Amino acid sequence: MASKPDLMPGTLDLLILKTLARTPLHGYGIALSIKRLSDDVLTVEEGSLYPALQRLLLRGWVKAEWRTTETNRRARYYTLTAAGRKQLEIELSQYEQVIAAIGRVLQHA
Amino acid sequence: MESPAAFFRKAVLIFRRRRFYSDLDEELAFHREQVEQEFRQQGMDPEGAHYAARRCVGNETFFKEQSHDIIGFTFEGLVQDVRYGWRQLRKNPGFVATVVVILALGIGAITAIFSVLNPILFKPLPYPRANRIMMIWERQSDGSRLFDCFATFLGLQQHTRSFDALVAMKPWQPTMVGAGRPERFEGQQVSANYFRALGMSPVLGRDFQAADDRHKGPAVVVLSDGLWRRRFGSDRAIVGQQLTLDGDAYTVIGVMPGGFENVLAPAAELWAPLQYDPSLPPRSREWGHHLRMVGRLRAGVSQKQAGAELDVIQRAWGQTYARGYNESGGVPAGTLLYPLQSDLTREVKPALLAVSGAVGLVLLIACVNVTNLLLARGVQRGGEFAMRAALGASRKRLTRQLLTESLLLAIIGGVLGILIAELGVRALVVLSPPGLPRVNAITVDGAVFGFALAITALIGLAVGLIPALQSNRGGSLELALHRGGRVIAGSSQVMRRTLVISEVALALVLLVSAGLVLRSLQRVLAVDPGFDGSHLLTMQVQESGHYYDSDAHRLQFFKNALAAVRMVPGVVSADFTSQLPMSGDYDVYGMQFENDRTAQEGGLRYAVTPGYPATMRIPLRRGRRLNQGDTTGAPTAVLVNESFARRKFGDHDPIGTRVRIGPDAGQGEKPWATIVGVVGDVRQESLAVGAEDAFYVSTAQWPWADDVLSLVVRTRGDAATLLPAIRDAIWSVDKDQPIVRVATMESLLDISEAQRRFTLIVLEAFALVGLVLAATGIYGVLSGSVSERTREIGIRTALGASSRDILAMILGQGMRLTAFGVMIGLFGALLASQALVALLFGISRLDAVTYFSVTLLLLAVAGIACWLPAARAARVDPAITLRAG
Repeated sequence: MASKPDLMPGTLDLLILKTLARTPLHGYGIALSIKRLSDDVLTVEEGSLYPALQRLLLRGWVKAEWRTTETNRRARYYTLTAAGRKQLEIELSQYEQVIAAIGRVLQHA
Repeated sequence: MESPAAFFRKAVLIFRRRRFYSDLDEELAFHREQVEQEFRQQGMDPEGAHYAARRCVGNETFFKEQSHDIIGFTFEGLVQDVRYGWRQLRKNPGFVATVVVILALGIGAITAIFSVLNPILFKPLPYPRANRIMMIWERQSDGSRLFDCFATFLGLQQHTRSFDALVAMKPWQPTMVGAGRPERFEGQQVSANYFRALGMSPVLGRDFQAADDRHKGPAVVVLSDGLWRRRFGSDRAIVGQQLTLDGDAYTVIGVMPGGFENVLAPAAELWAPLQYDPSLPPRSREWGHHLRMVGRLRAGVSQKQAGAELDVIQRAWGQTYARGYNESGGVPAGTLLYPLQSDLTREVKPALLAVSGAVGLVLLIACVNVTNLLLARGVQRGGEFAMRAALGASRKRLTRQLLTESLLLAIIGGVLGILIAELGVRALVVLSPPGLPRVNAITVDGAVFGFALAITALIGLAVGLIPALQSNRGGSLELALHRGGRVIAGSSQVMRRTLVISEVALALVLLVSAGLVLRSLQRVLAVDPGFDGSHLLTMQVQESGHYYDSDAHRLQFFKNALAAVRMVPGVVSADFTSQLPMSGDYDVYGMQFENDRTAQEGGLRYAVTPGYPATMRIPLRRGRRLNQGDTTGAPTAVLVNESFARRKFGDHDPIGTRVRIGPDAGQGEKPWATIVGVVGDVRQESLAVGAEDAFYVSTAQWPWADDVLSLVVRTRGDAATLLPAIRDAIWSVDKDQPIVRVATMESLLDISEAQRRFTLIVLEAFALVGLVLAATGIYGVLSGSVSERTREIGIRTALGASSRDILAMILGQGMRLTAFGVMIGLFGALLASQALVALLFGISRLDAVTYFSVTLLLLAVAGIACWLPAARAARVDPAITLRAG
């Protein structure tokens, strides 16, 4: 397997939540969206994506329902819940704090 | 930590698992389709795209396992592990049975042994602050211990400040005559403070008071709970009622509680006050050394301080009463003080320690064996675990799986172990030598059981982890799959060989120990007791009731009883003796020689009816035997034993020498008796204790008439079958006289060696287990090695090695391991045998015959264990093995 930059720990949940904040998507759609928006830098493996989605479901931050796609296929769509939206804000602000902190360190080091 | 909401969702999901997984499947299928489509758009051919997508979004099992970890609860994994483990174990019943049996034997044996040892050696006696209770003996000038006389007790009791209570006691066997046969009870006569010294008190009625224990005091008795229930139907109104014991009316004043364990006389069921005479009249029983003394140390006083104080008191007291002491064998040199518990266990300690050492070795061998089995299985399962790891099982999960399996084995082994311990404890109590203290307190000990289970399980756990650790060494799947079912030896074979060597060594130590004790027992039983023990029935006959207060009546009853017994068909001869060899009797009196008046001599006193030496077939060496003429009024005739005569007279003839015996010794006004014969030596205490000085005198010529004598009957046929007829003959003279302690002399001789025999049985059992386990170990390692080397053996055969060569090669491999083990084991046995010295008789602990023969035995058994796999190796067909590779 070619080596690709790893996601920072904990950021997968953030990416998924952010992706779903724009529009409900199925799993493949989420992976595709992250890949495209990151210009192919970030690849989300199925082995991480689905367990992450299951955890988010358990916590009640997303909900899942079966819908039909534009090509008339049944697919499982994930939607952000109110709790999920709140969680996204929390994680975003935490993320920004961390990034800012790292930035400061890198500037002065 | 989980939020309550998440926990709730998990719980709900338990009922929707099927739906959850079908959703997951469909979702993944969709995902795969999308990827496939993507690949096709990139220009891949449809079939290529299909497989590429499958590879990309692979392993459904992995997804399922992972999801299960997320939505499942932790304990679900455990249940699954147990199920899986159980399935694994059921697939290998042979392996499971072996491990479980070994565990059970090891755990069971050590639990049983320590359950016996615990109350005897380690647990405090069942009294408050029991470690403050001391046993006190008189010390003779040579440092040996002697029973106390009442005079000594009185002196110490009056002057000591080191003890809260100091008490004396002696056995008491009163007879209760009723409508049926006379019943003789085991009891004790004790000082008033006896129960208080132990820290116990009656549950009904009252304890003895000082007023009860005075000379010619009231006849009062305290009953044990057992006797109260058995004979008096738990009647609470028993206190104040009267019993007739030995013709006297005794008032019951109290009943001891059921929990009272009387370690000083476990069989005692009733107690009466001692009531000795404090004025210490000369030549009275107050000067006889037949009491035991026990004291409870005062708070803050050490054993050493107390001992020093008693010695000082004893010295002054001995000077004041020198005359009284000198009439009964001399002034004691001082006292000896031992904590009660160690005093009680002194005799049985060597046997118990030997046995506990042996059981430790057995447990060690069991552990080694289990380790060996698990190691072998671990190697075999390397492939299974590599496969599971490759399929997505986490390291944690695999480790947990192995722990679960080991624990399952430990639990099954443990349950069986409890059963074995239960049976073992019962067997040990049955086998236990007489005089084993606190037999009634022996129960299976939970703490010991837990300890043994924990040790064995821990070892099992540690060893059981090896396959999991091996499977985690990266990239082992390919290797594991490549070698298929075959197993590669490597480091674990080295480990297993080391373990087998140690097993052989441990087994040899056990075998040598058992062998040494076996040879000692053979030697002891070959010792000539000095009399002919075959066809000899013995019993104790006691006179009870005031009719027998007169010496004449006593002598007459025994004379009539003897006449009646001699009439019984099958009786060759019958006689009475005041003490019976091998029965525990031990009765020593002084003797003064006319030609050496100041020497303090003495010996075992046998007051006998004249035919006794003949009935016992004790050989006459010089002079004459006793006869009917040696009776009241005639000059007293005395026989001495051979070693006494030799020590005292050397080559001179002792016949005609005048002596004063017993209480007459040193009494100038008493007439002289004459030595008329010398008889052979007799072992009195046990076969292992050498002959002591002894003398024989007619019952009619001893200064008083004993009221308890032992009857010995020489019979034509089987001695035991004559018992009813003999008993009826005695009761035809007086039906109220109790007959107790019935035994054939052969069984007495056996019992006198009970401790050695007990040790031998246990050691033999353990040595056998050790031998079998060691043989199993050798067999296991060797057959494992043969399986691994099948190809190699095939190649050797193909290149011309004969099956004889192969046999020799494998046998050699096994016997080399054995030889190593034997060498280490012999060295270990040299060290271990030091612990056995107290149990050996007539052989050195380095006895060459024992070492040589058990080594041969071990080699023979190991040879068989090696031969089986070697023979299998020799049959290897190169055509088959090489093709299979």
